[in-house]
Amino acid sequence: MNIQSKLSADPVGPTATRRDLVVGAIVTSSALLVGCSPMDLLGLGAKKQDFGSFGPFIKIGTDGVVTVISKHIEFGQGTHAGLAAIVAEELDADWSTVKVEQSSANIKVYANLLMGAQGTGGSTAIANSWMQLRKAGAGARAMFVNAAAAKWGVSGKEISVKNGVLSHASGKSASFADLLADAGKMTPPAEPTLKDPKTFTLIGTQSVRRKDSKVKSDGTAVYTQDIHMPDMLTAMVAHAPLFGAKVKSFDDSEALKVKGVVQVFKISSGVAVVAENTWAAKKGRDALKVTWDDSKAEKRSTPEIIEDYKKISAAREGSKPFDVHGDVAKGFDGELTKFGFDFPYLSHAPMEPMNCVAQVDGQKVKLTYGCQGPTMDQMAVAMALGVLPGAVEIETLFAGGSFGRRASPSAEYVVECALIAKKVGGFRPVKLVWDREDDMTGGRYRPMVRHDLAIKVGADGYPAAWRHTVVTQSVMKGVPMPQGKFDATAVEGALGSPYLKATPVVDAHVAIADSPVPVLWWRSVGATHTALVMEHVIDQLAAKAKIDPADYRRTLYKKAGADRHLAVLELAVAKSGWGSALPSGTARGIAVHESFGSVVAQVAEVSMKDGEPRVGRVVCAVDCGIAISPDQIAAQMEGGVAYGLSAALYGAITLKDGAVEQRNFDGYRVLRHNEAPTVETYIVPSGANPTGVGEPGTPVIGPAVANALLVLTGKPTQSLPLVKA
Amino acid sequence: MSIALEINGKTLQVEAEADTPLLWVLRDELKMTGSKFGCGIAQCGACTVHADGQPIRACSTPIEALAGVKITTIEGLGGEHALQAAWVKHDVPQCGYCQSGQIMAAAALLAKKPRPTDADIDEAMTGNVCRCGAYQRIRAAIKDAAATLSA
Ligand code: FES
Ligand code: FES
Repeated sequence: MNIQSKLSADPVGPTATRRDLVVGAIVTSSALLVGCSPMDLLGLGAKKQDFGSFGPFIKIGTDGVVTVISKHIEFGQGTHAGLAAIVAEELDADWSTVKVEQSSANIKVYANLLMGAQGTGGSTAIANSWMQLRKAGAGARAMFVNAAAAKWGVSGKEISVKNGVLSHASGKSASFADLLADAGKMTPPAEPTLKDPKTFTLIGTQSVRRKDSKVKSDGTAVYTQDIHMPDMLTAMVAHAPLFGAKVKSFDDSEALKVKGVVQVFKISSGVAVVAENTWAAKKGRDALKVTWDDSKAEKRSTPEIIEDYKKISAAREGSKPFDVHGDVAKGFDGELTKFGFDFPYLSHAPMEPMNCVAQVDGQKVKLTYGCQGPTMDQMAVAMALGVLPGAVEIETLFAGGSFGRRASPSAEYVVECALIAKKVGGFRPVKLVWDREDDMTGGRYRPMVRHDLAIKVGADGYPAAWRHTVVTQSVMKGVPMPQGKFDATAVEGALGSPYLKATPVVDAHVAIADSPVPVLWWRSVGATHTALVMEHVIDQLAAKAKIDPADYRRTLYKKAGADRHLAVLELAVAKSGWGSALPSGTARGIAVHESFGSVVAQVAEVSMKDGEPRVGRVVCAVDCGIAISPDQIAAQMEGGVAYGLSAALYGAITLKDGAVEQRNFDGYRVLRHNEAPTVETYIVPSGANPTGVGEPGTPVIGPAVANALLVLTGKPTQSLPLVKA
Repeated sequence: MSIALEINGKTLQVEAEADTPLLWVLRDELKMTGSKFGCGIAQCGACTVHADGQPIRACSTPIEALAGVKITTIEGLGGEHALQAAWVKHDVPQCGYCQSGQIMAAAALLAKKPRPTDADIDEAMTGNVCRCGAYQRIRAAIKDAAATLSA
């Protein structure tokens, strides 16, 4: 589905995915409670913000330098530069001097237009801002043109703008700085004229590069972890060793003896140790003795959960159909080919563990941190502290990665910090530090998933009937958003697959399992598992039919009318030298998947090294609509491949009697320099509005590697990770 | 304890418990926050600094072990180092959180091996995790900086 059409899509319909749902729905449900408009409710208590002459997205200094205000956080995806480039293009600003600033939390002005609330996720930052920022830039440009026209006594149509300088054939010229005062008095046009994308001079060029590389290479970029304020305290929390356990009692006598420890107290999520610095907080926490009530805790081990999922799948316990078409009653008569897949919990493990700085004094709340979902976090903190959402002031910093982790609807680490700051009181700043162990054992994982398929193959070698059952926990559970008929985020990628579209009979269900282990969206969400299942099954069917896997896909895409899939497939095939000879011991695998409005094809060259798969070259073709920054699209494909490959090869959080077995990077293996492939990115030329790039590169590499291994070893993949611990 | 540490060419007197890792003294006491906390157990390299020119993990090195040792942090690299220029040229950083450590590990490598091979880079850099997956750009930037330095 075209991402723009989602603006008007029914947000609770069966095809609604995260983009539609995130927080828009929180807003709706809360509004019902109070009976006033959502915006008003969330705005309650907010300070009135004063924007300059050029509106909430553009500031122009007396030196003519243009600053673009980003409503989205920058945590790696180059979003700040991409958003700024959209404004700079329409404004004809001097790109080399354009700056970016982070916006405040203000849902009325800075809502994500695909979410209905302020937040970054679902690879929507560029997509939802596209028209909004083009209009903002074009509007400001028109103000300058009108000011110059009035001053020079010429028609605005005769004035051209380039790199922040306006000029007229008569030889008159003036910079943004010269015209600033006059332009500021102009009324921006209601519907400014936008450029024809064919005439873009900045967008789509190699000039659109990051604005933050310097500060991120000299140690001066500021992250939450780096915040120091006068009188600030640092807190760490002893969290329950099992999910669902609660504090029964604690003994803080030894903790309080640690030099620098100031206070120890219980909060809802554990026992907080507040200290003068991080090391004291950690030593204080180590010295704490806590007894836990684990009567309601998860106590199963991973193999038991897998068995439980298999049973649920076989019985289709409480399952809901997500795609049923054709004659299901008769379609499955005859021989069926069966496939089963198990996926583990995954930790996001961003480089910067969760953290937050909070100051609380009665109704006054200020949060300073890498905030991914301002509206969600305002709601959660307001609820926990009993204040108005709009009164929760947020200053958003860079975050050291997130991959979904900082978009937790319960905002548990933010709430934890706010509760501690409330207890400390007096608006005294408190920095909450989670160490790697807190972060890795703290849940909010990509859920475990089981897929079972039974496919009837037609005489032509292509699927004639496709039965599919998915069992997983729901990331939507307990999230105050409309739940729809089923959790589409659990099956997106199978749902909407061209392969199902091309299959005459389909009977696909999803069943939701339950556990106290909290789960969350993880870079590319449902596609993290559906892509592997769909793409690896296709290669096995192709092998069975003795048809080349690229050819097999071509046929199905043509049948399904999946033109964009076909285009990325052809581009990847051409650039990778598909079918040409490789050194012995190396094989190619291909996979194609659509997520977040973009379609990606990857061809991976895989060999074995010391008994483990090693990926050398990856050719990646992407259709993401109009490419704003080709270099940053490539960077996201490179990063997405590394992130997805890390999970496919090594990623697994496992439980032993309910306790997480991986506590740090020694147990949770991640991809390293010597294991990283070289990714070549090719972009399909497109005139369509931009779609996501932060996530779509991630889910494709796993199946591409599994398909190469199928060629190399003859063995199909039935579970991830590929390298068993 | 009170200890004199030699950091980026300056002698600094620090008050801290003897077992305090250098990382927390740098970050919390000296407010030099360029060196990052990623794992605390010498597994990720985000905290990499130089001790007498050798790359060490500041998160796992107690200050009591550092008397008389010359420490260099990302702040001491000066901002104009060939590696830093190459990092900007290649737009290496994504979230950026690992990059101080990556650059310090790379700087120690180039000091020892001015023209590192891929195998040298693997060996020197494998302890430095980048969850954003900027690995191939890091490799390209190291080679670029090496070429600049030995030109
Ligand atoms: S923080 Fe020191 S190696 Fe990870
Ligand atoms: S740039 Fe984000 S971890 Fe390396």
